[in-house]
Amino acid sequence: MPALVEMRQITKTFGPVAALNRVDFAVNADEVVGLVGDNGAGKSTLMKILTGVYQPDAGEIWLGGMRVHFHSPLESRQRGIEMVYQDLGLAENLSAIANIFLGREITRRTGGLRLLSEGEMERQGRQHLDGLQISLPSVFFPVERLSGGQRQSVAIARATAFRAQLVIMDEPAASLAVSEAAKVLALITRLREQGVAVVLISHRLQDVLDVSDRIVVLNRGSKVGDLRRRDATMGDVVGLIVGKSA
Amino acid sequence: MQLEQAPSIRTTIVRRLAPSYAAMGRFGLILVMLLMMAVLTILQPAYFLTRENLTNIARQISSNSILALGEFAVIVTAGIDLSVGSVMGLSMIVLALAVHADWAAGMAVAVALLAGLGVGLVNGLALTRLHLPHPFIATLATLNIARGATYLLSGGVPISGLPPIVRMWGADDITLLGGTSFPIDFPISFLIVIALYLAMWVLLTKTSTGRHIYAIGGSPKAAQYAGINIPRNLALVYVLSGGLAGIAGILLAGRVNSGYPTAGTGAELDAIAAVIIGGASFFGGRGTAGGVFIGAIIMGLLRNGLNLMNVSVFWQQVMLGFIILLAVYLDVLRRRAMRLES
Repeated sequence: MPALVEMRQITKTFGPVAALNRVDFAVNADEVVGLVGDNGAGKSTLMKILTGVYQPDAGEIWLGGMRVHFHSPLESRQRGIEMVYQDLGLAENLSAIANIFLGREITRRTGGLRLLSEGEMERQGRQHLDGLQISLPSVFFPVERLSGGQRQSVAIARATAFRAQLVIMDEPAASLAVSEAAKVLALITRLREQGVAVVLISHRLQDVLDVSDRIVVLNRGSKVGDLRRRDATMGDVVGLIVGKSA
Repeated sequence: MQLEQAPSIRTTIVRRLAPSYAAMGRFGLILVMLLMMAVLTILQPAYFLTRENLTNIARQISSNSILALGEFAVIVTAGIDLSVGSVMGLSMIVLALAVHADWAAGMAVAVALLAGLGVGLVNGLALTRLHLPHPFIATLATLNIARGATYLLSGGVPISGLPPIVRMWGADDITLLGGTSFPIDFPISFLIVIALYLAMWVLLTKTSTGRHIYAIGGSPKAAQYAGINIPRNLALVYVLSGGLAGIAGILLAGRVNSGYPTAGTGAELDAIAAVIIGGASFFGGRGTAGGVFIGAIIMGLLRNGLNLMNVSVFWQQVMLGFIILLAVYLDVLRRRAMRLES
């Protein structure tokens, strides 16, 4: 069975800077892959190529055994690849339900007008939140009234609400309290149980070791490690990140 | 965090009340409005509550409340439209000129409306196509262009005398409940105001376009991530604002039976004041059409009350300033209370 996503020999330069140098990166279905590396190692660039924000200078992207070209994040999203940005990308003034459906609202025709189907969105939204065991004080509060972890959960719920196959998370636990970070990590595990693959970009190596099935290490634009979790120790990963051989 | 998987009656009630923090601000506004009416009734028992005075207020606030409605849509996107006063003046003059050039009334009204929509479109495109840094600049430019055009077209003098079919919209009453024992003469212009507010309320709260407009104002980045067409929605709100200013001009022309080139000078500031008193946020993404409606009524009551009390217009302006300060400060307090509680 082909990998869910396979990036082959991806190369990208920005002017004189070689951001990525012939990087191979694959994610299988039902897999959590930790993507780690120091600042500037190329993690974000690699993921932005996968989501179509950037175009690679060389290399190929294969999705479920088919060659694909993503020219914009919209195209990758249509193929089931979602990104949860570090700033979450939530409209703070809107409710959790409104955020989950933002840009993909459910509407119905009423007397010649195409109106929002609030009841249907609430029903489906609650079902989805319940499925991920996300609990909120209210799905009607503007998300600015929710805690950091709750907002992160809403962002993840938003990313997974529409048949996502792969969710890329950029530092999902970076600014969270310990108990809230644990909830987000549990949510990542739950996504995998539901058949959604996850790429976790994080500097918090303990988090990565806790939830990943595989850990990919980038160093200055090259892949320097691709370890199965059970073969990896904290020492191995740190060594690869800072550039010593493991 | 508490679970709400099995909603009890209590949590259902809490849930239903939860979204109404916005409504709380509105109840505060309604209280202010009722308080003003009570004070005016006590101070002017013989006159304030008469049908003549109330319909007079309704007619007087029609133009400002329509300008405020368009301004509100723009402010929800965190924008500003400084051109609405000038556009109202332009629409009036265009209407009067067309009528005096023996155009059919319908055509004259249509071309006045088109003038408003046109300036709105220019504002929207200047922002989204020319990428001018802030709508303040584009609409400051069109404020001057539209006002200058108004003077050029009119030669700087009022153009008086409009046919009844044109005056009707701004000046006449319609009898509601005519067959019953309680017939009410209602200003047509205020009926139009109510219809426009209802339409805007439906657009902003019941359609995905409205949802997107709020999202753009609340977080442009989130809107962009969500694949919302930001330029199209921004252009739309400026076109709406221009079109509504055009309608305001048509109603005002009817009320005063002329087009005069200074009409609406500074009216953009009154419109902005009504929006802010009505609880919308300058930072975008917040506010309701209902709140703005009450904001416009509060301004009208203030003017009317102070006129009845023979307070000079200079003092009226000072009072208006204080009302704006008070309204926004109350809103700041309310937000702080909300944040502490959550």
